[in-house]
Amino acid sequence: MSTLAVQDHGVVHHEEGHEHHHDTFLTKYIFSQDHKMIAKQFLITGITMAFIAMTLSILFRIQLAYPDKTFPLLQTLLGRFAPDGRLDPNFYLSLVTIHGTIMVFFVLTAGLSGTFSNLLIPLQVGARDMASPFMNMLSYWFFFIACVIMLSSFFVQKGPASGGWTVYPPLSALPKAMPGSGEGMTLWLISMICFIGSSLMGGINYVSTVLNMRTKGMDLWKMPLTIWAFFLTAVLGVLAFPVLVAGVVLLIFDRSFGTSFYLSDIVIAGQVMPFEGGSPILFQHLFWFLGHPEVYIVIMPAMGIASEVMSVNSRKPIFGYHAMVYSLIGITVLSFIVWGHHMFVTGMNPFLGGVFMITTLIIAVPSAVKTFNWLATLWRGNIRFTPAMLFAIGMVSFFISGGLTGIFLGNAALDINLHDTYFVVAHFHLVMGSAAIFGMLCGVYHWFPKMFGRLMDTKLGFLHFWLTFIGAYLVFFPMHFMGLDGVPRRYYAFTEFESMKQWLSVNVFITWSAIIAGLAQVAFLYNFVHSIFWGEKTTQNPWQANTLEWTTPVEHIHGNWPGEIPTVYRWPYDYSKPGNDSDFIPQIIPFSQTMSSNIPSDFEDNTGGLEAQSKWSSTQKANEQVK
Amino acid sequence: MQHNTEYQTNDTMAFKRLINSKKIFSLFAVFSLLGTNLLMAQDTATPTVSSVTGGDATATPGMWMSVGYYVLLFLVLCVVIAIVGKILKVYDLSLQLQNKKQINWNNIMGAICILFMIVGFYGAYWSITEQGSMTLPEAASKHGVKIDQMFLTTSILTLFVFVLTQFLLFFFAFKYRGSDKRKAYFLPHNNTIEKVWTIVPAIVLTILVVFGFFTWQEITNSTDGKGESSINIDVTGHQFAWELRYPGNDGKLGRKNYTLIGGNNKLGIDYKDRNSFDDLAADTMVIPVNKSIRLNINAQDVIHSVYMPHFRVQLNAVPGLPTFFRFTPTITTAEMRTRTDNAKFEYLLYCNKICGASHYNMQKVVRVVTDSEYNEWIARQKPYLTDGLKKELKLAEGNQKKNISQNRLALNN
Repeated sequence: MSTLAVQDHGVVHHEEGHEHHHDTFLTKYIFSQDHKMIAKQFLITGITMAFIAMTLSILFRIQLAYPDKTFPLLQTLLGRFAPDGRLDPNFYLSLVTIHGTIMVFFVLTAGLSGTFSNLLIPLQVGARDMASPFMNMLSYWFFFIACVIMLSSFFVQKGPASGGWTVYPPLSALPKAMPGSGEGMTLWLISMICFIGSSLMGGINYVSTVLNMRTKGMDLWKMPLTIWAFFLTAVLGVLAFPVLVAGVVLLIFDRSFGTSFYLSDIVIAGQVMPFEGGSPILFQHLFWFLGHPEVYIVIMPAMGIASEVMSVNSRKPIFGYHAMVYSLIGITVLSFIVWGHHMFVTGMNPFLGGVFMITTLIIAVPSAVKTFNWLATLWRGNIRFTPAMLFAIGMVSFFISGGLTGIFLGNAALDINLHDTYFVVAHFHLVMGSAAIFGMLCGVYHWFPKMFGRLMDTKLGFLHFWLTFIGAYLVFFPMHFMGLDGVPRRYYAFTEFESMKQWLSVNVFITWSAIIAGLAQVAFLYNFVHSIFWGEKTTQNPWQANTLEWTTPVEHIHGNWPGEIPTVYRWPYDYSKPGNDSDFIPQIIPFSQTMSSNIPSDFEDNTGGLEAQSKWSSTQKANEQVK
Repeated sequence: MQHNTEYQTNDTMAFKRLINSKKIFSLFAVFSLLGTNLLMAQDTATPTVSSVTGGDATATPGMWMSVGYYVLLFLVLCVVIAIVGKILKVYDLSLQLQNKKQINWNNIMGAICILFMIVGFYGAYWSITEQGSMTLPEAASKHGVKIDQMFLTTSILTLFVFVLTQFLLFFFAFKYRGSDKRKAYFLPHNNTIEKVWTIVPAIVLTILVVFGFFTWQEITNSTDGKGESSINIDVTGHQFAWELRYPGNDGKLGRKNYTLIGGNNKLGIDYKDRNSFDDLAADTMVIPVNKSIRLNINAQDVIHSVYMPHFRVQLNAVPGLPTFFRFTPTITTAEMRTRTDNAKFEYLLYCNKICGASHYNMQKVVRVVTDSEYNEWIARQKPYLTDGLKKELKLAEGNQKKNISQNRLALNN
């Protein structure tokens, strides 16, 4: 058997040795085509961007809490963007815009999907690498360039884009409308095109790897839920992102070549503009046709990661595996026909609004099923509170809290008064912001040993979790009530309205909660960096998990498995199976080795196995009678 | 023998710990003393600096001192956390050496979960009662009452689900916290219960959708039916203000054309349309109670949003796309002042779609009055067709053969 394996992959080994000779710093760490290295590149870039975006949010939170105070430090740091130590209103909007853009696209799309799809798809389906490693490398570098361009917009004269992360024209199309719609907006659009290129190349790779490169025995219904989530996320991305390119290209045309796709009847600064016949609503349709699937692109990988981690750490199979997959598929399909719920009050045909309301509330059903299944997974489990498990539980908690307010916002009639208020801010920061970032952190804690061969510190993980979890609730929970008082989002200060002044003290509270939660991330950063170099060395399968990635050696090798790729015999969730000695049975263990714990449903479409099993049980019975 | 030495090392370590923590304590005390002094000094210093230099706040040494203070404070906190971590590690090791059970983190985390749940529920309750009472007063429009009813129903429903699911989440986390003695219960699926929790939410959501759909249809019907007549009010948004236009005696608003905007004609009213002649300008949106109001909403430059939260009214103002919202106010400003016990209460219309630097201050006062007050008020409003504008127009009429673009040029001066 072993000689066969060597012969089988002799060519691969030869290549490996050959490559090893030329593995310079440049090919190993920079222009790497190894999916594990690319995953690390995505992760570290993602974390860096997350810290930048978090800092931006703290800056504008300070403005909201202390609208009348001056902070000389701000002027020292930001110069003309904070004259006299107070943020400039335009720069405030820039901060909001870039915070949103970075968080949604660069952290929760690229940082989350990019990291874990790259790391786990080949490892969990049993492939030596991605379908197209070169394209995979390009995907990272396009992402990196997009990040650099986005950040470079802080250094142009008029500041970064500032029309909100949704960049609705005409505000974003007319440089006269606000300073940020000048060069800053141009850079935003270029960055976004690079990002979409990256996303597409990544997505095509993920889809083709999952469909074509699964190891022997790994049929679709034996894939871990992580892979299902990444696969469907990639499908969503491949179908939705090109539409955003279309929208962005038309916007570039309107901005630079004088077309009128989105513009009509405009008078700005006393000057009548020549645009005629365009519709600003068209952009919103194109934007949200991506934008809504985008929020599921953000949350679905988090769902997959949380499902896997909860199952491993509850030592229990995920409850309703099929239902979990079908609900993911349901969300994927439905997410394409709900975009209009972002546009109930834009002046879109009200009948269309009604239709979108129906589809939107339908999507709550698969989401509810997922939540109940997670709860049922915990029920009668044997829960090990690793930091990853805590983050998975936190993710479910946020998903519930934020998801329920979606029922308000998805209802067109209720949305009239809630649209664009802090209620919306609270809703999406809980359901897709906090929940998705918790999914990502959960994945980092769980697969850190796989990525770096060392373990992260558990106690610092606990500290990080509780501070962040409590902090996030303290920040976002009060915002619901600001929204219910009709306080709009993206307001530079609440001082101009007598009725909003009552919220100033709440704003101070929120800001301090945000600062503390932000400082808590230092615990993570320290833990992350320290553990990469000095963490405790891990064993091959530190969490006693079933999935394939834990059958690879701790030391990374190109091609993942030294010998033959293992064959898969069972689903990934055989935890605590009655009749088995240990509380987990890895996917590579054939049923013939676990005769005492097999159950009839293990042998669907496997009559031979079932016969062998019944023969075995009858001899067992006979033996017992003899005794 | 071995044990003894280990105990000794343990003891010495514990001793060191004590010294360490004492040092840290005194350091902390020094910092806080120094820091408060510095801050105080800075507090008194800053106003004088800014007043001397005329508000030009530049980096002062005081600023860097306070920055340094906060950074040091944070570092001290980090050190404290590191020490606590070390103590825990040492404690754990000593337990291990004495062959006692190590710290059971599963129990601790399980307990914190249940604690978090209890404190969290209380916090949510506090937030809902305290901050919930700071929200908008009752709806001041006919359709708003329906929206509020639906909001209440949805709130009760979601709160029930919220409490139930969060309780189960943290309770299960606590109850089934890990232990070596137990094995988890192998339960891959249960079709009956899965069907139940698919169908029940589906039914509940269907009910919400049906009610929502019909209410939405009713609210968004902005055209007058037979026997209905609404007061048409033109609301135009531009950076960063709202312009109002009331129809005159004819009850009809004249046509507008954006190419005519300029000079005295800031709305671009087309005076070829006779209905325009008596259109009135207004600073405040005054509307009669219990009369149907139809807002004709438009924007000149970028997208704005007409948001009147007290009436549960919101609709975007989109350049090139007129939008309409019809509603009936039911409570006068005076009455609302007594109901909210706030003598300064005003209904407001403000912008709720990001539109530029002064987006945060783009408001208009809305006043709901009785019929007679309204009639008296409207009689006092001046028409848009001012003398200045008349002069401009005469000029344009005299040269009627000029095409529009030239006309526009003339108006732009």
